[in-house]
Amino acid sequence: MAYYPGCALEGTGHAYNESTKAVGSALGLKLDEVKDWNCCGAMEVKNIDPKVQTYLSSRVMSIAANEMHAKVVMAPCNGCYHNLKKAEYDLEHDASSRETVARISEKAGHETYQAGQVETIHALDWIKDGVGEEELKRRLKNSLKGLKVANYYGCMYTRPRHIFPEKDKGPGSESTLQPHFMDDLLAAAGAQNVDFPLKTACCGGAHTLSDSDTSTQLVLNILRAAEAAGADVIATECPTCHSGLEMHQVRAEKVLGEKTTVKMLYFTQLLGIALGVAPRKLGVHENVSDGMEVLKKIL
Amino acid sequence: MREELLAAAERALEQWIKARGEVPTSETSEGFRLLALHRQGARGVPSFNACRETCREIAYHYNLLESSKDERTQAMMQMLVRHLELFVRGKLEVNGLGEFCCSSRALRLESAPAKIPEGANHG
Repeated sequence: MAYYPGCALEGTGHAYNESTKAVGSALGLKLDEVKDWNCCGAMEVKNIDPKVQTYLSSRVMSIAANEMHAKVVMAPCNGCYHNLKKAEYDLEHDASSRETVARISEKAGHETYQAGQVETIHALDWIKDGVGEEELKRRLKNSLKGLKVANYYGCMYTRPRHIFPEKDKGPGSESTLQPHFMDDLLAAAGAQNVDFPLKTACCGGAHTLSDSDTSTQLVLNILRAAEAAGADVIATECPTCHSGLEMHQVRAEKVLGEKTTVKMLYFTQLLGIALGVAPRKLGVHENVSDGMEVLKKIL
Repeated sequence: MREELLAAAERALEQWIKARGEVPTSETSEGFRLLALHRQGARGVPSFNACRETCREIAYHYNLLESSKDERTQAMMQMLVRHLELFVRGKLEVNGLGEFCCSSRALRLESAPAKIPEGANHG
């Protein structure tokens, strides 16, 4: 399994990187980091030239396929996951994208990625399909029983639907309308999932710099909804969403005088705790939000 | 209350559609004008689908409130409508379609940056 952490997991999402690796190790799921990986093109490149973003994502997949001979690339960041999926779709359906990617790949001196060479999956698929709930239950060391969790998927994990052809395929597959993989895994770990209608709502991540106030209010609304649903913690699976929720929680209190107390933890941190991994190894101390406060309930 | 909240959600989408120079539809989708308005508003703007499930949740909570006046459900519907309003406000600002502060359409048009020539960044 080729592992593509992406830029955020080396910066603000470092704890997500650490906890993903720790959970993989605890579950016996091997990860080989893509050698010399580059940025997926994120929002910045995509907004200026989508075809360059397609190329950047294709290079990651090319290294995985042609140098590592991997069949699957796992990207835990929603932005990277989305962009690799989008590149895959573009290369399959758009001749001009194929032409641009071939031209830049030749200049860069590496093999051109061909659509279908690898399958890109998210960290949720990796654990759900690689281990599954029943096996996860067998390996539990600390049940998350007593922890009320609002699962927050963000908006890029399921959108746009056409780039995720494997979703919405009935029982066992992920749903783009009501994603549930994180709910399933954390329920298997003993957590009590609360009914959270804003699980795929926008966190304002894309305009956090251009319009911080709206982003803060969007996040505040998500936090309040989670609290109203009775959650102790919001489980996240995207470094951008996670840091946005954490930072705007602080900003909401400073700028708007609106205090919320719900905590944020990556789903991999919660699974790691359930598997008996020490909080420090999961980077819980790196979070801005004090997750230990709620974890004390179960540790 | 649920009628007022649904109407507020529709108004938010109407603003987005009007700002794009279109006439908001009076049709319904799955029994809700809100869902038809969302479909209209997302046409040609895939990123507007980021509020698709919010609209569907508003419709769902509207239905829930038909059989029960549960305060928690009502509070959740309020938060969903507020989220939609904030999302549309953010989209209006980012797209320069709003008629307020520095993101107003008129000001944006006056100070529009030069367009990057097609293919300039293709290596």
